[in-house]
Amino acid sequence: MKQVIKTLAAAVTLGSALMAAPSMAGGISDDKVRIGVLADMGGPYGDLCGRNCVAAVEMAVEDFGGKVLGKKIDVLSADDQNKPDFGSAKAREWLESEGVDAINGLVASSVVGAVSQVTRSNEKPTLISGAGSNTFTTKTCSPFNAHWSYDVVALANGTVKPLVDSGKKKWFFITADYSFGHALEKVATGVIESNGGKVVGAARAPLGTNDYSSFVLQAMSSGADVVALANAGKDFVNSLKGAVEFGLSEQATLAGLLVFASDTKAIDPSIIGNMRLTTGFYWDRDDQSREWAKRFVDRTGAVPTMAHAGAYSSTMHYLNAVKEAGTDEGKAVMSKMKELKPNDFFARNATLRSDGRMVHDMYQVRVKTDSERKNDHDLYEIEKVIPGDQAFGAQLPECDFK
Amino acid sequence: MSFLDINIFGLMGQLLVGLINGSFYALLALGLAIIFGLLRIINFAQGALYMLGAFVAWLGLQHLGMNYWVALFVVPVVVGLIGILMERFFIRPIANEDHLYSLLLTFGLALILQGTFTHMFGSSGMSYNIPDALKGGNNLGFMYLPTYRAWIILVSLVVCLGAWWVIEKTSLGSYLRAGTENPALLQAFGVNVPMMITLTFGFGVALAGLAGVLAAPIYSVSPDMGSNILIVVFAIVVIGGMGSIGGAILTGLGMGVVEGLTKYFYPEASTTVIFMVMVLVLLLKPAGLFGKEA
Repeated sequence: MKQVIKTLAAAVTLGSALMAAPSMAGGISDDKVRIGVLADMGGPYGDLCGRNCVAAVEMAVEDFGGKVLGKKIDVLSADDQNKPDFGSAKAREWLESEGVDAINGLVASSVVGAVSQVTRSNEKPTLISGAGSNTFTTKTCSPFNAHWSYDVVALANGTVKPLVDSGKKKWFFITADYSFGHALEKVATGVIESNGGKVVGAARAPLGTNDYSSFVLQAMSSGADVVALANAGKDFVNSLKGAVEFGLSEQATLAGLLVFASDTKAIDPSIIGNMRLTTGFYWDRDDQSREWAKRFVDRTGAVPTMAHAGAYSSTMHYLNAVKEAGTDEGKAVMSKMKELKPNDFFARNATLRSDGRMVHDMYQVRVKTDSERKNDHDLYEIEKVIPGDQAFGAQLPECDFK
Repeated sequence: MSFLDINIFGLMGQLLVGLINGSFYALLALGLAIIFGLLRIINFAQGALYMLGAFVAWLGLQHLGMNYWVALFVVPVVVGLIGILMERFFIRPIANEDHLYSLLLTFGLALILQGTFTHMFGSSGMSYNIPDALKGGNNLGFMYLPTYRAWIILVSLVVCLGAWWVIEKTSLGSYLRAGTENPALLQAFGVNVPMMITLTFGFGVALAGLAGVLAAPIYSVSPDMGSNILIVVFAIVVIGGMGSIGGAILTGLGMGVVEGLTKYFYPEASTTVIFMVMVLVLLLKPAGLFGKEA
């Protein structure tokens, strides 16, 4: 009996593998275009790219008309729980047995690293809308990555350089002790040093640290002009609160290196008001962005982050590329995506470089104070638009995928 | 940072910050220790109830205009009542089963609470301001002590000492302790033991609610605030000696200091140091620092 079951199982596995084999030679595989959204649905990054990243992708599909080349577009979603093994297993299942043609969302850098190996071997477009590490277009670059919303290089260039240029030369870091925090600190340190500043110290706080008062005291005794918070999400919120409570903000400038609109909204304006930061998107920029944001808010109730806007924009560009290429075959779509210029409410002066970096305008913003805010979502004043070619890092020769 | 450039002021600052966090740990550990020590229930929902305390304070402020001072009294009562319902309808039916059952049950309840709040309020958290009367701070020479942190130490110490005194030194406390040793005999003396258990559970849970209110102004009020701190507090209870009330309080303060010093000398280890202490204590003195050998 056991033997029978084994054989049966083998047959089923083999059969499903055969059935899932993509039909080559152009056209739409299995008569459907399926986009999988992999994100943090209930964890710490849920508000910046979770259920609402799925909503953004669905919006894009609806706006596109729900069909491409006459075939239906499906949106699937799953929770990666911020675990690389979990995320890559889901991606494999989607690509190898459920006919998924592209993956979007992708928040935690560690998950993206694992998923992009799977998408690379399956030759499927990987639309990275949430994560920030710059390695996806450098050290671990792949012909199938499209890194969309922002990266740590753009954040450091946007936030760090103006501060160093204004004479604030001595820097202290409070860094989230994992790959993303280290990458951010390293890139920012490069910007500081090449502009004549210096790093006087750093405290590596474990991810999820609740109380930052010890780190704040260390920063205070370092005598730094600027204390950079190289962390994200709740770590950013708690470290900033601690810094203001213990009076650090009175002796040094606080610089949040990665701040999403959802974080800003979660902090009282008396604490975060007037902070300057860099973002890939702010909803209240022009009529086009406001129109989109209004629809997004009506649908989700949440303030759109740059990850949400990026998820919409990358989906739209992907679908346009499928239409133009006349197929959903990964390689053809990627090269079409790189050929066409993304242009929508999110992507301004944009181009998808051959290394997979989506270069677009970034924004230096100042957080509004309580008296300036007209409503819950009225968070930033855009002070400066940073042109894409100044915001993002240079392309590496080994990452030139046409 | 090398060991040689220790700055004495910096160190004093870290010690004080450690004591502040420690008093917080003590308050949370006290609730767990009471529930375990007197009722033998391993309450894994304590962290979620702490989160609930912070959220009830926040919701009260948003929708009912309930200010901080009112919340300080109302929230522990609300959370305590929820705890009482939990004990009555979930925990009591399995009271005679192995401890593992109450552990799994409360763990499940905690996940449900946390999931529900994430669904309703998202993950990035809410802000709750420090009340005006406790804003500002004093420069102590070696550090700036925010008034609110001093207030936390004060409240925690008063509540901890009060609870310890009631349980160890009064006749009510002796009933409680007798109820743990021999409930049948105590019931024979005319004491309503099930009612006593319910109220004790409610009190232990109310302490979590109080800690939640105290935490709301300084940490972000978010659905996972409790799950982060719960495991640390459990380690503290284990180090102090499962069920030892005084042990939990002293260990809470002590571990706050140990953690604070670790953040100063080797911050990377600051979230693990308490567990390393726990392992050492379990190896050398399995009953805990203040526990009695079984």
